[in-house]
Amino acid sequence: MPLTAFTNARLLDPASGRDEVGTLVTEGGKITALGAGIAAPKGAEIVDCAGLCLAPGLVDMRVAVGEPGEENRETILSASRAAAAGGITAFAMLPNTQPVIDDIAGLEFVARRAREAKLVKIFAYGAVTHGAEGKELAEMGLLAEAGAIGFTDGVHAIGDALTMRRALSYAKAFDKVIVQHPEEPTLASGGQMNEGEISTRLGLSGITRAAEIIMLERDLRLVALTGGRYHAAHLSTAEGVELIRQAKHEGLHVTCDVAPPYFALTEVDIGDYRTFAKLSPPLRTDNDRRAIIAGIADGTIDAIASDHAPHDQDSKRVPFAAAAPGVVGLETLLPVALELYHKGHIGLLDLLDRLTLAPATILGLPLGQLRVGGAADLTIFDLDRPWVIDAASFKSKSKNSPFDTRPVAGAVVMTVVDGRIVHRS
Amino acid sequence: MNATAHNQEEAPLPDGLVWPHRHILGIEGWTAAEISAVLDLADRYVEQNRRPDKRSRELSGRTIMNLFFEDSTRTKTSFELAGKRLGADVLSMSVGTSSVKKGETLLDTAMTLNAMKPDFLVVRHAQSGAPKLLADKVNCSVINAGDGTHEHPTQALLDALSIRRRKGKLEGLTVAICGDILHSRVARSNIHLLGTMGANVRVVAPPTLLPSSIDRMGVDVFTDMAHGLKDVDIVMMLRLQSERMSGKFVPSPREYFHFHGLTAERLAAAKPDALVMHPGPMNRGVEIDSEVADDIERSLILDQVEFGVAVRMACLRLAASTQDRATN
Repeated sequence: MPLTAFTNARLLDPASGRDEVGTLVTEGGKITALGAGIAAPKGAEIVDCAGLCLAPGLVDMRVAVGEPGEENRETILSASRAAAAGGITAFAMLPNTQPVIDDIAGLEFVARRAREAKLVKIFAYGAVTHGAEGKELAEMGLLAEAGAIGFTDGVHAIGDALTMRRALSYAKAFDKVIVQHPEEPTLASGGQMNEGEISTRLGLSGITRAAEIIMLERDLRLVALTGGRYHAAHLSTAEGVELIRQAKHEGLHVTCDVAPPYFALTEVDIGDYRTFAKLSPPLRTDNDRRAIIAGIADGTIDAIASDHAPHDQDSKRVPFAAAAPGVVGLETLLPVALELYHKGHIGLLDLLDRLTLAPATILGLPLGQLRVGGAADLTIFDLDRPWVIDAASFKSKSKNSPFDTRPVAGAVVMTVVDGRIVHRS
Repeated sequence: MNATAHNQEEAPLPDGLVWPHRHILGIEGWTAAEISAVLDLADRYVEQNRRPDKRSRELSGRTIMNLFFEDSTRTKTSFELAGKRLGADVLSMSVGTSSVKKGETLLDTAMTLNAMKPDFLVVRHAQSGAPKLLADKVNCSVINAGDGTHEHPTQALLDALSIRRRKGKLEGLTVAICGDILHSRVARSNIHLLGTMGANVRVVAPPTLLPSSIDRMGVDVFTDMAHGLKDVDIVMMLRLQSERMSGKFVPSPREYFHFHGLTAERLAAAKPDALVMHPGPMNRGVEIDSEVADDIERSLILDQVEFGVAVRMACLRLAASTQDRATN
């Protein structure tokens, strides 16, 4: 089995609080030793990290892929390459493909394609309901047995309260999380951006922040009623963050995530109908953005996910109302998240926790930490290297990034999955 | 003699006027001086349009393509006449028979037309921002003839010209814009224009037809006609589309007219010399009573139609001057 020693690395492990320069040894896809006093074993291939950061591989709990059905947007292979380039060693894929992943065959297809790509670890959510239509429950038990990492209708909210109640109850039997797109669908219907002065000036239908707040409030009642495990995806409002904070305080089994656009951008970035800044939920105000940063810092927001949503040119070079929502994010997750560290909002280990250990824990995966016997999934990055994001150079098939041309600090240098180097820059 | 010199000889722009916009996409962001420049030039075209020989040669040799993705009779006709009276070649695309219905994207259609070297694309589209999308990609001037619920700049300009010619000014007037503000591009352009020119702007509508944070656009908000029309100089009515009157935004046409229709009785709250406007087409008996609409002493509705041609001539002429500067 290959034996590798990553020397002179700044070992960063949120699980243990380790932050020290040392060596990490991998053998047979596992971490076999790590620490300041560890010497490279005889015969090991030496990778001199020259003081770069070495963290657990990033775990991205929210990624949309176009395969099956919309391979022009993104295939499992292209998403794997993009993930590897972004320092992501494992991601969870939404079921909003064509067809929707609501049966075992869909899960098996994804698993096979992931094996063929053989780059990063790919997990798949099963749909909560047939066709993610929000009506009848999908075969959640069979899907769980076949490896579904959790359940979600992905980009669609589960709008019907009774369906949500039953999903939360039923998933308890399999100890799986229900991931909600928290947006009351009738209230958000037809909306294109945050409702307010800017939407009025641009003449675009607004989505009131109440759409998120109402859905979270309802869902939290249902969590209290059922005792189910609930995860709110991509929070966009200050009130949403506060609701989760309160719910955790009350001891409910709830977690949540946010995506970089929601702490790096606001509705102002839509400017003159910039479709790359069209997201679902929509970008909100600076007050929301600040509340989200505070939520990440104090741990109310458990995880940062890319919310990768690839769209080709045809879906974005259209009038704003006709444009598909969502942005690519696999290759910008780490540098944009690192802005929070560089600006002093959060410590480095805490930030890495949101990107590694916390999402792994929510999904019940034994990943996201540097420990002897654990998988050798590693991200090696230069914490300070300045560079300019260039969407044209993305490995992703789609280039719809609102961060194109943004100057950032912090770059992925190497990505390692099960001891194999899957990306090197 | 080149075309530019010829144009300048025939109808010079006012001394020192440098028009900064290649496209006319919206009033938001325009200065009072720019708005006045359009209105001043349009005043001259009103006179030209009242002569037996209405045609000048200021845009001779230029091509204007009207690209209307939404039905419109008056705006399209108005733009056609405006172009022809300045001597341009005008072509109106009938969208019903075009490739747009065959799935070609808006941008592809525009790029195809752009390749035929028009000097102007006059665009009406049901989606906000569509003209801006085109303006970013084509190298001719794009004139917004109404985009979604965003802006309708030439309508606001013709409204302003109609008011200014009767009242002699815009500054200090109180204007009530009444009706479906939520879905109205006319209202938005007028709010920008009238506010910039120093008028006091009110909006009067049922709460469900008022957009979020409309007060942040510098208007006073009223939900009943009696207060909203009190002592105003101008009552600007908006059209309410029939599909919005049947329970979605207001319960019924009958109820809407009962509370928000403009009747002679309601108009009595306004100043005695208050004028009534409507961008057309009117729903008589829904938002406006015929008695008011047809009162030639009070109604500016036909002035609006007449001056629409002159204002569009001015917009085309000014955008052409920007093109000339870019070429020279």
